[in-house]
This record gives sequence, C-alpha cells and structure tokens, in this order.
Amino acid sequence: MNEKLNVSSNPHVRSKSSTQVIMLTVVIALLPAFGFGVYNFGIKALITVLITIASCVLTELLFEVFMKKPLTIGDFSAVVTGMLLGLNLPVGVPWWIGVIGGIFAILVVKMLFGGLGQNFMNPALGARCFLVISYTSIMTNFDCDAYTGATPLATLKAGGTVNIMDMIIGKTAGTIGETSMIAIVLGACLLILTGIIDLRIPGSYIVTFALFVCIFGGRGFDPAFLSAQLSGGGLMLGAFFMATDYVTRPVTKKGQYIYGIFLGIMTGIFRIFGPSAEGVSYAIILGNLLVPLIEKFTYPKAFGMGGEHI
Amino acid sequence: MRTDSIGNRLLNGLFKENPTFVLLLGMCPTLAVTTSAINGLGMGLTTMVVLAMSNLFISLLRNIIPDRVRIPAFIVIIASFVTIVELLLKAYIPFLYDALGIYIPLIVVNCIILGRAEAYASKNPVILSLFDGIGMGLGFSLALTIIGAVRELFGAGECFGMRIMPESYVPCSIFILAPGAFFVLAILTAIQNKIKIEGEAKGKDMSKIQSGCGVDCMNCNVEGCSDRKAAYGEKESDKKEEDLEVLELNEMVSDTVPITAEDITAINDAVNNEEVKEDTQND
Repeated sequence: MNEKLNVSSNPHVRSKSSTQVIMLTVVIALLPAFGFGVYNFGIKALITVLITIASCVLTELLFEVFMKKPLTIGDFSAVVTGMLLGLNLPVGVPWWIGVIGGIFAILVVKMLFGGLGQNFMNPALGARCFLVISYTSIMTNFDCDAYTGATPLATLKAGGTVNIMDMIIGKTAGTIGETSMIAIVLGACLLILTGIIDLRIPGSYIVTFALFVCIFGGRGFDPAFLSAQLSGGGLMLGAFFMATDYVTRPVTKKGQYIYGIFLGIMTGIFRIFGPSAEGVSYAIILGNLLVPLIEKFTYPKAFGMGGEHI
Repeated sequence: MRTDSIGNRLLNGLFKENPTFVLLLGMCPTLAVTTSAINGLGMGLTTMVVLAMSNLFISLLRNIIPDRVRIPAFIVIIASFVTIVELLLKAYIPFLYDALGIYIPLIVVNCIILGRAEAYASKNPVILSLFDGIGMGLGFSLALTIIGAVRELFGAGECFGMRIMPESYVPCSIFILAPGAFFVLAILTAIQNKIKIEGEAKGKDMSKIQSGCGVDCMNCNVEGCSDRKAAYGEKESDKKEEDLEVLELNEMVSDTVPITAEDITAINDAVNNEEVKEDTQND
C-alpha cells in the first residue's frame, strides 16, 4: 500500500521503451534483410545466422552463470549481436566460424569490458574484423550455389561494370545480409518511424561518403558508379544498423554529425585508396574508438555557463 | 643465511615480481618477438644473460660510479654486454639471430635491465645482485615462453615447432599477428592476478600481500604502516621475537624496493635530465 502512495520526484518516465523493447524492434527491423538473405542464398544462410545467434546467447549465458553475475540474456542484445554478425558473414563459411565469432563478440568485446553499455566497440563488427584478420581466405570467399566470383564492389575495383538494379534488389554475391539495399532500408524505416534511430549518423555518413566518392573516386559525378558504391557492400547495413548502435555512438548531437562525417571519409579512403574493396567495418570500428574524444569536445554547455556576454 | 636470500631472489624474479605479468616491464620485446615459443625462450634467455652480467658488474662498480652519471654508466655497461651477446648469437645461433632481428640491440633499452640496475644492483652486494638478475631473467624467460607457446598453439597449431592440434584445425592467424600478442598478454595477466588474489584471500602466503604503496609488506621496513600491520596481523608480535640474524638480513635487503611505475618515470626523468644537462653543456 505504501509503495503505491510514494511518488518520486520529477521528471517521470512515461515511455514504455526499455532495452528489451528496443532490441526486439531492431531484431524485427533486421528480418527483411535476413529474409532476403535466406531467399537469395538458400537454407545455408538461415543455418549460419542461427548458429551465430545461438553462439552469442550461449556465451553470454555461460559467462554470467560461471562468473555469478545477474543474467542479462533477456534483454535480447546478444540476439541482435548474433544476428548482425551472422548477416556480416559470407554464406559459405564453415559452422565453427560462426561459433568462434559469437564467442569473440560476446566474451572479449562485450563481457570482458563490463557487459552491455560498457563495450567500447560494436561487438558484431569487432568479431567480424577478428574473423577477417584470422581467416582471411574463408571470410573473403563469396562463392556459393547461387553466385560465383567477385562481389560487385570487387568487380568495380577491378574496373568492371555491374548491374545496378541487381545491386539495389540484392541479387548479387556478398555477405548474407548486406546485398539487398531495399530490404535494409525497409528495416531502417521501421527503426526511424519508431524513433529508435534518427537520421543524423546514417545521413551524415552516407552524404559524406557520396561526396568523397564524387571528389576522389576518379570518375567525377558518375550516377552509375555512385549508386553502385552506395548500394554495394556493407554501407547501408553499417550506416543504419551498426553505426547507430546506442553504446558505441556519441551521445551529443554535434558529436553524431562529426562521427558520421568521419565514418564517411574513412569508408571512402578504405574503398578507393585501400587494397581491398570494402572498408565499412574497419571505418566503424575506428569511429567507435574516437567516440570518447568526440564526446569530450562536443559536450554541450549548460545554460548560463560561458559563452558570449551581452 | 646467504643461500636463503639467493633462493629468495630467484623466487622473487620468477613469481612474486615477475617482470612481465606483475611489473609489466619490457613490453616491447614481450609483444613483438613472442610469435613462437622458441622465439620467446630465445629472447628471454638472451635478456637473462645480459641482465645477470650487467647486474654483476654494476654491483661490483657501485661504489665507484658517481651518483650523478650513474644512468649513462649503466647504459655503457649494459650496451657492452648486449653487443657481446649479439655477436655471439650471430656466430653460433644464426636462426635465432634472424628471428629476433632488431630486438637484440633493443635489449639495451629494455627497462627491466635498467630498472634492476637502478633499484637493486646499484645498492646491493655482488652475489645477490647476480642472482637477482638471474631470477628476473628466468621470470622474463618463463613469461615469454608461455606467451609464445600460447600464440604458436592457436596461431599455427604447433608448440616448439611440433604439431599439437589435429590436422583439421585451421590456424587462427590473428594470434601470431600483433593483436594476438595483446590478447594473450592481457588474458594471462588476468589469470595470474586471479590466482594471486585468491591466494591472498585465503591468506595462504603473507608475502604476496601488497599494500597501497606498491611495496610488498614482507620486504617493507616502514614501522607503523597500517597496511603492514594489517598484512601481518598477529604475526607482528612474533616478528619482534625473531633472532638478530633475520633483522640483519632485513637491513641488508632494506633497499630491495620492488620497482614501480613511479620508479620508471623517475628513471626516465633522470635520463632526460642527463640529456638536457649534456645538451646545455654542449651549448
């Protein structure tokens, strides 16, 4: 009875959003890209993603049981990590790649730094980079039943031409979740409409990257080249789902623009001047590392503190 | 009496103040050359020879070296031994010389060696200093060999060049690249700390209790230190009844202050100051 009469001081939280609801919405928003991946690459894509999800959730569960910490798998963040990691793998990887990736993402990148909210780097991307460095030949082999040969970006890098319509729909080689621009944008619209993400980071990221490609791409303003660069590779998945990760993005508004611009420039440098065709994951990880610095310099002034005196 | 303290010096370097896992000194060779167990062992033993010999000679000359120029004098002694070892390696173990490369000359600036010279050898008798160097070198070798073995095991599926993992194991090559060195060092240090803290909690070994000042309480002679009293507890009263010999020993090793991060900065500052002084003198 007493508890009912106790009214805490304002502000009163009236939103129903919790970590669990936000993470579930992200899972739902990833389903179109996931579904298209399964449609595009076959049942093996489904199995690969399920393995990474199971690996992430089990790692978190076992770590918390073993270390006698409160169980947090109910917040679905491990599911999101596992899903993003699975969507970032090529379809032909052996099953143990997914298991190792999941363990590394949760154990090393997330739990050793203190769990959700404490990780300085996006766990899924950290694990992807770990796998790419460790098992380069497996992680860059995009051959599968449906497609053989290079990804569109690698073809572009080698000077070939690509079919833009196929790239936007997603009927190309690549990792499971990155191929279809339409499916990713569909999921991103859900996140934007529910207010979970806003366009500050993805917008500044994509616009900066487009400008960079126009200036340094070597082809000037070439709509075909530009749209291929925008729809190819992990740019859309990275910009909407991984750069906007609550834990590893700056909290200040100004900082989010700086972060997006930095990611755009780094992705452009990696793609155009780097030896490999893709650079979104490395760009986002480098951006993650700069977040504390960006926040330090964009910390807003409290009203009445400093500024000009009239 | 003396044999006991020699054993103490060896154990101190191997476990209690292990230069890699406890003091975290000499990180450059630790991270760079431990791509395989044999490289780690080679680097560790090379450093041990230099460490023991330089400790020996610095201790011999400790009353002759003027205090103001002690750092340059230490560097000259250390550099001489590094050059000797480098030439010997090049002549007799060329494969190790090729594998270690630039990191052999860089032993000169390994802060374990300068640290032991400054913290121990320049203040203590010759035999003890020699065994301090050997103990520290053994601890360094042990740590580097373990790190190298773990990295080689996961990164190549081998250990000392012998195949350990089954044929189907696909090597995880990040372990023999630079990031793997950081992963392995961090995880091994964490395990070492875990074991040590559990040991302290059970009160198994009083000597491992470290007070807030970074000095372990067994070697600490500060009277009335609350940490020390807490560490010894009832043992404080027993200590007063110890025979004179032990007290003498304590006085003898009273300068055996384990090196801390502040000491390193102090050494660096001293080196810098010397350089600045030399520069100004040249001007």
